[in-house]
Amino acid sequence: MPYVYNEYEIIRSPACNSCRVCEKQCSYGAHVYRDGKMRSYDDKCVNCHRCVELCPKRALKIVKSNMSLRENANWSEANIREIFKQAETGGVLLSSMGCPVKYPVYFDRLLLNASQVTNPSIDPLREPMETVVYLGSRPKAIERDGRGNLINNLKPQLKLNIPIVFSAMSYGSISYNAHAALAQAAQELGIMYNTGEGGLHDDFYKYGKNTIVQVASGRFGVHKDYLENSAAIEIKIGQGAKPGIGGHLPGSKIIGEISKTRMIPEGSAAISPAPHHDIYSIEDLRQLVLSLKEATSYTKPIIVKVAAVHNISAVASGIARSGADIIAIDGFRGGTGAAPTRIRDNVGIPVELALASVDKRLRDEGIRDNISIIVSGSIRGSADVVKAIALGADAVSIGTAALIALGCHVCRRCHTGKCNWGIATQVPELVSRLNPDRGKTRLVNLLKAWEHEIKEMMGGMGINSIEALRGNRLMLRGVGLNLKELDILGVKHAGE
Amino acid sequence: MTNYAYKLDCPEKIIINGCLGARYIGAGASNKVITINGIPGNALGAYLDGAEIIVNGNVQDAVGDTMNGGRIIINGSAGDVLGYAMRGGEIFVKDNCGYRTGIHMKEYKEKRPCIVIGGSAGSFLGEYLAGGLIIVLGLNRDEPPVGNFTGTGMHGGRIFIRSEKPPKALPAQVLCRRATDMDLKDIHAYISEFSRIFEIDINDILNKSFYVLTPNEKNPYKLLYTEN
Repeated sequence: MPYVYNEYEIIRSPACNSCRVCEKQCSYGAHVYRDGKMRSYDDKCVNCHRCVELCPKRALKIVKSNMSLRENANWSEANIREIFKQAETGGVLLSSMGCPVKYPVYFDRLLLNASQVTNPSIDPLREPMETVVYLGSRPKAIERDGRGNLINNLKPQLKLNIPIVFSAMSYGSISYNAHAALAQAAQELGIMYNTGEGGLHDDFYKYGKNTIVQVASGRFGVHKDYLENSAAIEIKIGQGAKPGIGGHLPGSKIIGEISKTRMIPEGSAAISPAPHHDIYSIEDLRQLVLSLKEATSYTKPIIVKVAAVHNISAVASGIARSGADIIAIDGFRGGTGAAPTRIRDNVGIPVELALASVDKRLRDEGIRDNISIIVSGSIRGSADVVKAIALGADAVSIGTAALIALGCHVCRRCHTGKCNWGIATQVPELVSRLNPDRGKTRLVNLLKAWEHEIKEMMGGMGINSIEALRGNRLMLRGVGLNLKELDILGVKHAGE
Repeated sequence: MTNYAYKLDCPEKIIINGCLGARYIGAGASNKVITINGIPGNALGAYLDGAEIIVNGNVQDAVGDTMNGGRIIINGSAGDVLGYAMRGGEIFVKDNCGYRTGIHMKEYKEKRPCIVIGGSAGSFLGEYLAGGLIIVLGLNRDEPPVGNFTGTGMHGGRIFIRSEKPPKALPAQVLCRRATDMDLKDIHAYISEFSRIFEIDINDILNKSFYVLTPNEKNPYKLLYTEN
């Protein structure tokens, strides 16, 4: 391989006393103690800041190397480096976390309204503000029995105290301790976490009321106890980071408890085919939805998760007629533990546009109440939550944001399994770095803060319930968007 | 009566007469024997968890989807996607089955699923097979009783095909060889069970050679990745 200068440089100040903490902390081997002093191997550094934060002398700094190839607006350094790698190995480029490429972020082109003079804003410190949402299918009409009493014709609903759930991340892609933190936080917050397609460790059965279990094409770990220890069941069709492709967890990673929860032998590869081979149509999907309902006696809502792709509104229309109660739409910026770089960075569409078009299509067809909508794919703060709900979502799902709360520094090396923060790893000494109780507290802190911010933003708009914000696009204005974009988003331009 | 109450109340022996396409029969059922006279609809015995289902007739698609344990006996033919992602239990089909049979079957600990087909199977048999056994007897034909793309992406388990000739156009992830006596010993219990259930003389089954398909460990199903 041609020698390419490393992307980052480790700067070690004279304050370093060679205590070797950095050496112990770095799973990538970027710090080595030799001949009486600490040495840095810049080429090994992934810029995850573990050493920087734990250095007792604050002696470390990581900087982007200013060594560069000749500047070229067309052939970026990334393009060239990637070609070097592929020319050497013949491999498919593999990366992780959400798409880092500079595409428009529509959330950043939308601004929220606030009341002035003519309708008073509401002070959340003084007035009650409702952030509880129920996800599920709504009845078409009120039904009464012969004596005029209401008949309860409400299908099973998923109650969330705030309109946020944790995204599907499997035990295997993230650690036991990360799952424990998510499960405990979901329980304390009255929201949901999601098992992903990795099965459910029996230690976590007790969080069943706050658990969404996933049924994906490989059906790993799907059995009776799994389905029963859940609040809802999610059929995973696609994922924003890698729409249209399957998954492959190599046999070398199927060890110990991972093998147990996925219910496959140690060392056996876990391959999830690209499609569910029993689902080739909406009719087939309906069959899986209803068979899951049959198997769980119609006690749980069924979620269908799809990636935001070009014809998403037609797909969503089909899903809304499939008997599913909730659709989860994952935008192309959604995270992943591992995905081919080209797919992550080039396939799918932004979730803001997908959501706006799905919500409109379902309303136009008169089936919006058949189904609730959860969106994900880079919800970075409470303002994104509010904007998503105003565009038509019932709730949002956060993955990367939750991991950042647990200590993730978005170094995008999840696929190596060497996460220094104990999140995307199964190495026991690395996993033990993440304290589940501390992690839970940080997740709860984050979402409590978001909840307060959501209430403030709602109050400012003169809205006191999240239900009244849903699909309320009058609360949004676009900035720097063209007519087509405004049309798809269904919002006016700022100043209009 | 709600579905849930019905399930709790449901007797251990159930006979359904004149069945005409009712779907989801026996979904997730355990500790029951369900006899169906007629033709059940799709997703019969999905997530089956120990119950036994006997069908006196043909069945439609997605029988035994994600089945965890139990037994399904079909006195006729099966439609497409039989035993998808099944982890345990046994399915015996007297006659033929459609496309996509036994895709992504897997085994775990004491669970080792098995599908026995008396007739022939359609294309895409045992794709992504991760564990368990698929046995296709081809009792009604001379040509290899499987279609195209048998075992694509196979990475575990075994497929036995009763035939004088090996199946054509197998994918690169699959090794095909004539079954040895040792191999046949492994499946003898299933074959004798098939012969007992459907009252077919076992000698009429063992009178032909078998081919066995296994994953090609030298050419495994995987993509070569480069860290980026």
